[in-house]
Amino acid sequence: MSKGATSKRTGAPAPAVSVTAGPVLEISDLTVSVRGEDGERPVVSDLSFSLARGETLCIAGESGSGKSMTALAIMQLLPQPAARISSGMIRLHDMDRGDIDLAVLDERRMRRIRGARIAMIFQEPMTSLNPVLSIGRQLVESIEAHTGLSRAEARRRAVEALKAVRISEAESRLKQFPHELSGGMRQRVMIAMALALKPDVLIADEPTTALDVTVQGEVLELLRDLQREHGTSVILITHDMGVVAEMADRVVIMRHGRMVEQGTAADIFSRPQADYTRELLAAVPRIGTGVGRQKSAEQKSVEAEMPGSVAVVNDLHVRFDLRGGFFGQVNRRVHAVEGISFSIAPRETLALVGESGCGKSTTAKALAGLVPYHGDIVIGGRNLAGLGRDQRKAVRRDVQMIFQDPYASLDPRMRVGDLVAEPLLIHGIGSKEERSQLVAALFERVGLSADQMELYPHEFSGGQRQRICIARALALRPKLIIADESVSALDVSVQARVLDLLKELQREFGIAYLFISHDMAVVENISDRVAVMYLGQIVEMGTRDQVFSNPRHPYTKRLIEAVPVPDPARRRPRFARLDQEIPSPTRKIGEEPPKLALKDLGNGHLVAVS
Amino acid sequence: MTSPIAPDLPATGRIPVKPRAGVWRRLVKRPLALIGLVIVAVVVAGAILAPWLTGYDPNEQMFDGLTLEGAPLPPNASFWLGTDLLGRDLLTRILFGARTSLIIGIVANGVALLIGTLVGVTAGYFRGWIGGALMRFTDLMMAFPALLLAICLAAVLQPSLWIVAMVIALVNWVQTARVIYTETSSLAEREFIDAERTIGASAPRILFRHILPHLLPTIIVWGTLGISTTVLLEATLSYLGIGVQPPTASWGNIIFENQTYFQAAPWLVFFPGAAILALALAFNLIGDALRDILDPTQRGRA
Repeated sequence: MSKGATSKRTGAPAPAVSVTAGPVLEISDLTVSVRGEDGERPVVSDLSFSLARGETLCIAGESGSGKSMTALAIMQLLPQPAARISSGMIRLHDMDRGDIDLAVLDERRMRRIRGARIAMIFQEPMTSLNPVLSIGRQLVESIEAHTGLSRAEARRRAVEALKAVRISEAESRLKQFPHELSGGMRQRVMIAMALALKPDVLIADEPTTALDVTVQGEVLELLRDLQREHGTSVILITHDMGVVAEMADRVVIMRHGRMVEQGTAADIFSRPQADYTRELLAAVPRIGTGVGRQKSAEQKSVEAEMPGSVAVVNDLHVRFDLRGGFFGQVNRRVHAVEGISFSIAPRETLALVGESGCGKSTTAKALAGLVPYHGDIVIGGRNLAGLGRDQRKAVRRDVQMIFQDPYASLDPRMRVGDLVAEPLLIHGIGSKEERSQLVAALFERVGLSADQMELYPHEFSGGQRQRICIARALALRPKLIIADESVSALDVSVQARVLDLLKELQREFGIAYLFISHDMAVVENISDRVAVMYLGQIVEMGTRDQVFSNPRHPYTKRLIEAVPVPDPARRRPRFARLDQEIPSPTRKIGEEPPKLALKDLGNGHLVAVS
Repeated sequence: MTSPIAPDLPATGRIPVKPRAGVWRRLVKRPLALIGLVIVAVVVAGAILAPWLTGYDPNEQMFDGLTLEGAPLPPNASFWLGTDLLGRDLLTRILFGARTSLIIGIVANGVALLIGTLVGVTAGYFRGWIGGALMRFTDLMMAFPALLLAICLAAVLQPSLWIVAMVIALVNWVQTARVIYTETSSLAEREFIDAERTIGASAPRILFRHILPHLLPTIIVWGTLGISTTVLLEATLSYLGIGVQPPTASWGNIIFENQTYFQAAPWLVFFPGAAILALALAFNLIGDALRDILDPTQRGRA
């Protein structure tokens, strides 16, 4: 196959970075179909694009757009036997033997290409590593399998690969097991494994979605550096337009299995052609656009009428005992929440931000009565600690919770109408007819129709399910709703609509929110006040403007800097890496963590001083 | 007098769910479930109508029931399933034996399932010291040989069919409890259970309305497995002289009495064995279909 013929197809303008030769990988008219109950259905239709050497191509789209299926089709790893490539070609350019069409390659020869020529990393690094084998063994074995190097030689390559992904003490790390590493470390090991064989193409399917923002920044930067060094072509699959802007030379936007638009990153972001691309970009939350949350004079007067806080948390501690040893005695403790205090006023949104393990979800659970705690939680002026069971149940009515995963937080065996009616029933509100009218009204209010009450949760999409959860939380007319990462699992366009709904409901019913999130852009969009948590303590707290335009604590600064900016023209400067990992909140008995003191910088802007 | 303004709330506090009117209709629509139902119906009818079906007495030793050498007869025109070592009609004994075996397989097994589920669910949901105590007790029961325990219990109590059923229930709940415990404790960790707790649901409500329905598939599987186990355990006890007293027939003791003559008279083991198998299979088919029908996520799938 001649090179001329292949390059003619590449209609896209040449990207700015050094692209040495023609395309490494060329996909033409690819259709992948999945056999379902009602016959075959295409999940990817007539997709064509090419990948130049040394280029980063981002395939972006929302869930169900077929982006992951495309990656699996290239790797010939489509779920068997349901999915298959029904037409099209996937041509891998080979220097020595001409082009190979992967779509028709047999499994034996495909196996030699996987890993060696095309490598792939997945979203969840814990599940893609074998938990019972040391990372060294997994690395060495994958090198041996493909190269025929001796054990010692393969080991040397493995150490080199770990060093390349900037893992310190690579030699000793080889002996560690996946569970001993943090999420970011594991993803780096995956990258090391993928790059150890110096593949031509690296496919990364949502490689940073499961990681914290600060870690995401590091991993993306690492990918970029490695690509520059090795000249690897990268196909990066992501739903996050911020990541796209950060990484892409060229972008393919997909929707419902079809390509909507393709072009250079600069073109896509500054001159999007397709309506869908424009919608997608408009829905992306951006830092610095959180306008409209400034309190109007009218709102302030409402607050003046409603004195007192909805919830006051004072010196809250949550610790989990870890048992070990022969007699199962308590030998270590997880200090999940270490003495935090805050209050939430009516109609206010307080955001609790931080990375995984910082204790933000535990705080939410303590407030919702799901975990035992020490300290004071006062709701509506009543301290929960001093109340009996029935009284506590009555007070708890005022606090409702919306969980992160709308797929997991609804009982799959109940009709959604019954699920929304359940809180009313438990608290003995209304007659059967009244309840069903109330539920119907709630369904309409959150943007669903009353006919849908008879359906089961699995018959809804993720966004609709989250609306059901919101309806359920609203049913008791609570004063405070805790939203624990409630929009994190949703596609951006759905996310934007759910956030709008939450804001509307706040205006209408005067609810206060405790909004827990790791996503700084979303937080800026919805919050009035922000509290930043780190290792179970609050390190900075203030109004949204105070925290975002004048962050004082280094950790807050880091969090804000780490958010990818959805604009390729404004790529961030190199990201300062932390030298060490975030320390663990697990401590030995008797070893108390240092208590941070908060200092008021004026107007209630509190910052930890160390 | 009821107030015209506020129609009274159901006192039980149940959510008005549509009655499961469709379950039976959907069950008989499935060919496999229908086969299962037919088998169960035949066995039950056979057990009830046993005295009128064959014209023989189950315990009567007949002279024409043995060959001249004293060997049992294979199936023939007058004894459809042959005769046993004592010249009794096998078909009649199997029909009468169905009474015993149905009681054991359904009542004893059902009680065992109930105990196992209650213990497992309670231990799995509450954990803490209640769960710990219950599960240690279960482990103890597991470690203790079930047969020995059954013998002890049966020796203390006067042997009768109902006592045997009770003894079997008391030794057979352990495995179910273990499995249900494991599943409950993983269910209790699921987010929708947390969600229930945040809306103020009480523990019984969570257990019965939200956890138990999810355990149904497991309970059904253990229930059908239990039928053959309990029927055979009854046979073992009978064999040891502490179960159903001879000459009363049960499927298990027919097999046990005759198993040493398997090579010479295979029908003596084959027919009661087939009866146990058919009953277990029938419940399995019904259980499978029920599991699919009761699972809303399986709706619309064949």
